[in-house]
Amino acid sequence: MPSEYAIEARGLSKHFGDLRAVSDLDLDVPRGQIYGFLGPNGSGKSTTIRMLCGLLTPTFGTADVLGTKIPGNANLLKPKIGYMTQKFSLFSDLTVHENLRFISEIYSYPASDRKRRIDELLESYDLIAQRKQMAGTMSGGQKQRLALASAVLHHPELLLLDEPTSAVDPQSRRDFWANLFRLAEAGTTIMVSTHYMDEAERCHRLAILDRGVKVADGTPQELQAATGMHIVEVIADDPYAAQAAVNGKPEIASVTQLGVRLRVLIPIRYENPIEIVNNALAGENVSGDTQMSTPTLEDVFVAVTMLPEEKDQ
Amino acid sequence: MKSLSRLGAIVKKEVLQLSRDRLTFGMVFGLPIIQILLFGYAINTDVRNLRTAVANQAGTHLSQQFVSELRESQIVRIVDSVESPEALESLLRRGKVSIGVLIPSDFDRRVVDRNRAAVQILVDGSDPTILSVANRLRTMPIAFDSTPAEERRHDQIELRPFYNPERRTPVNIVPGLMGIILMMTMMLFTAVAIVRERERGNLELLINTPVSSAELMIGKVIPYIGIGLFQLAVILTFGQILFDVPIRGSVLDLYIAGSAFIAANLALGLLISTVTHTQFQAMQATVFILMPSILLSGFMFPFDGMPVVAQYIGEVLPTTHFIRLTRGIMLREAPIGELGRDFYYLVAFTVVVMTLAAKRFTKRLD
Repeated sequence: MPSEYAIEARGLSKHFGDLRAVSDLDLDVPRGQIYGFLGPNGSGKSTTIRMLCGLLTPTFGTADVLGTKIPGNANLLKPKIGYMTQKFSLFSDLTVHENLRFISEIYSYPASDRKRRIDELLESYDLIAQRKQMAGTMSGGQKQRLALASAVLHHPELLLLDEPTSAVDPQSRRDFWANLFRLAEAGTTIMVSTHYMDEAERCHRLAILDRGVKVADGTPQELQAATGMHIVEVIADDPYAAQAAVNGKPEIASVTQLGVRLRVLIPIRYENPIEIVNNALAGENVSGDTQMSTPTLEDVFVAVTMLPEEKDQ
Repeated sequence: MKSLSRLGAIVKKEVLQLSRDRLTFGMVFGLPIIQILLFGYAINTDVRNLRTAVANQAGTHLSQQFVSELRESQIVRIVDSVESPEALESLLRRGKVSIGVLIPSDFDRRVVDRNRAAVQILVDGSDPTILSVANRLRTMPIAFDSTPAEERRHDQIELRPFYNPERRTPVNIVPGLMGIILMMTMMLFTAVAIVRERERGNLELLINTPVSSAELMIGKVIPYIGIGLFQLAVILTFGQILFDVPIRGSVLDLYIAGSAFIAANLALGLLISTVTHTQFQAMQATVFILMPSILLSGFMFPFDGMPVVAQYIGEVLPTTHFIRLTRGIMLREAPIGELGRDFYYLVAFTVVVMTLAAKRFTKRLD
């Protein structure tokens, strides 16, 4: 009886010399869901994904990926997972069709069905026109579709995607996510790392990683509910001055400028957040409208990735 | 002034990058030292200690005296003693010796007979250097102690050069050159094969598929064996058309030896590919093996003339064994079975190096 989780990691850690790339990570990734991995660059997302597919050996800790123990014989796992690297890793000097044929042969896809499967992928990933084009000459979006088509060719149970959308335009990003939902619908478990907030919001569940440590996990809604922060939105004529006015006040945890708006995070233990902001603005003679707002995932991210001393201020 | 500061920036950046590429930095010091050592030791036109077999059919006091004088000359190193001229020729053909000394049973009588040579020296003449060294033996005097000094003669030794009677250099060079050309191209092909995929990022994709290390290694080698054999055919054809280089032995044997040598170099290239990190480093490492293969393999200088240390290094290199095989098959008409040791060395070398490469290559990134 397979576990309800595709990935169960306990205390997973990876040190490179003195650098603790990933520390003591626990993960439970349910089957058939899209699990997001949100974190800034260098937070340990790629290292974690590489440990989960056996490319890196954990310094400490273990994981169970689709019933295979990590560290252990990762070769047993390879046929069951699809992996998309951050950098385009198919062969630039082979055509789209040649790349897909190569992948189908490497995964020993049944020879009788290869042609049908490749045609099906070309169709569903909109690559029919590029069939005979050298992969290296394609656009970022096309390369990304080819990479995804290659990663799913052998019907993997688990897809590991390492910042798959970092090199493509917004339209391609939207199409890409439509493809991911389709795959998840069909039962594939997907683990995707990203630093885009809007992508994180589309995931069924997500974990936020900061400096190698998991600082939060849950559904996007749970995370938003559990920020522990009041969010005050300020609309000011002079957002610079407004930012200068509120910044550095002991009650205020963080200020982020979004155009003419400021999002001010104040720990939940303060009871009158609007007043705190208004007082701060008045103190510097800056005018602005203040109102309470609901937390976005970005606010969650800002709140959970703050250094502990910043939070305590 | 602005130009100067930009120039300075480029210079500083280059130096910084160079100092961080440890292998290249090592090459800056290592390559000259190694080359000086190689050149200094290997380039030795005063060749001595040529491997020699003696067939002393006379067995007289005078003949034994002659043999010990030969030994004292230091030009030859007597490694074997046989009965018949046929045995001498067989040793020559198999490449066991470069010189065969035949002392006939009527040696003592011949010494006093002015019309007949007393001793026959059989030389593997395929290498002109060896031939010219052997020539120096011709003037050795042979005489009874009682013979007065003025009556002593210097023409009692007959030299019989084998295999390259016209003393043409290409006959000796082309079979060796085959080894050098094949080595260069084959090793380069595979030396960059894995680092290139690492640099392009393909490797991270490949190692996440079910493909095994051995499959990846062997799969990368197989196409190049075909290319190598084609190259071998090209060199042989041109050698014959342009320089009239003979193939006296079996062509099939030559291709069998060629296959083993090609595989050995491809394996070596793969091993380089697994220990280097960039294509540039891989090429440097190839040059590093190329130099001794040219100098210490017997290609440029007779193997026997090199110091023992250089000979040990030479024995390790596949090129040395392949050159022995090609010269044996092409010039001395030796069947590959008689050159078995060199052939089996190439096979064993391939297996060992290939295994090392597959072991070195882990399907991991750490």
